Amino acid sequence: MSRFVRRFAGIPWRQIAGEAFSVGLLTAQGLCAVHVVSEHVLGVAFPRGPSMLPALNMAGDVLLTDKVSPRRGWVGPGDVVLLLSPEDPRKIVAKRVLGMEGDEVTYPVDAGNSDATKTVVVPQGHIWVQGDNIYSSNDSRQFGPVPYGLVKGKMSYRIWPPSRIGAIDSKE
Amino acid sequence: MAWAALRPVVKACIGGSLIGITISDRYFSVAAVHGGSMRPTFDGTTDGREYAVVKRSPLYDYSRGEVVVFVSPADHRSRTIKRLIGLPGDWVSVPEKEEIRKIPDGHCWVEGDNGSASWDSRSYGPVPLGLVQGRVTHVVWPPSKMGHVDKRVPPEGRVMPQRNL
Repeated sequence: MSRFVRRFAGIPWRQIAGEAFSVGLLTAQGLCAVHVVSEHVLGVAFPRGPSMLPALNMAGDVLLTDKVSPRRGWVGPGDVVLLLSPEDPRKIVAKRVLGMEGDEVTYPVDAGNSDATKTVVVPQGHIWVQGDNIYSSNDSRQFGPVPYGLVKGKMSYRIWPPSRIGAIDSKE
Repeated sequence: MAWAALRPVVKACIGGSLIGITISDRYFSVAAVHGGSMRPTFDGTTDGREYAVVKRSPLYDYSRGEVVVFVSPADHRSRTIKRLIGLPGDWVSVPEKEEIRKIPDGHCWVEGDNGSASWDSRSYGPVPLGLVQGRVTHVVWPPSKMGHVDKRVPPEGRVMPQRNL
């Protein structure tokens, strides 16, 4: 019994605890670094769905998203952005910005069925977003202008598939 | 030489700020309150700043009567504190305009406690839930007001809830 106690006391507990703490801290810092980079600097997005055809594929694209520009106000007309859906905050959607606050936007009311268009002025602090594929996109034509605060990232670079690697072009 | 002495300090600062930013993004942060729109919950006087704890809620599981922080729909650089009155699907009556509005999907209705001095959903309409950053749970400064921020359900008849939350 006493031998067991002696052996037990001989284990360098203090050193083990210290090492465990520093390993834990390093792991925590690593995870936090991943979070900070992906939320504030450069994120990765896997957009799906037909609304941004042909600029983005239906599925399988991997894109780098610039998280700095939206906060600094560097998002302008023509940019493809990631935004929290105004219809469901748990969903994130990719659309193209067509107008900033104060701009006049003319859009087809019922694409594919009629040529009717409507012109609106984007209110203060809002932007007008539309999918490139106007026949299959749920966007500002349905839910109206969205607050700029919903923009979470700017699609800047495609890294997959290899045949289409390159910057996402911003068209006016 | 100087670098050898500074190295641990710089390392600790970077590590600390990484952890700090992550906690404030995902769990809770402290926000300063100005303006009189939330009187009496927050005084909003100019002589003393008030600070409140904001708890993040990534699932957007807010309920009526909570005080929330959201990005102003008119200016993405400023944040606003208001009380959440209605959730998606609810009908809200707006006495000032004598109308009843349905809150669309993914939106909420926010109003200041001090109705006469508040610029809120009564003027700019429902706010997308995506702009809501968190709920205000506690006041931490000044010490005299320290404590929990209570839920306050809007007066009977203002809101017709469509969903029980």
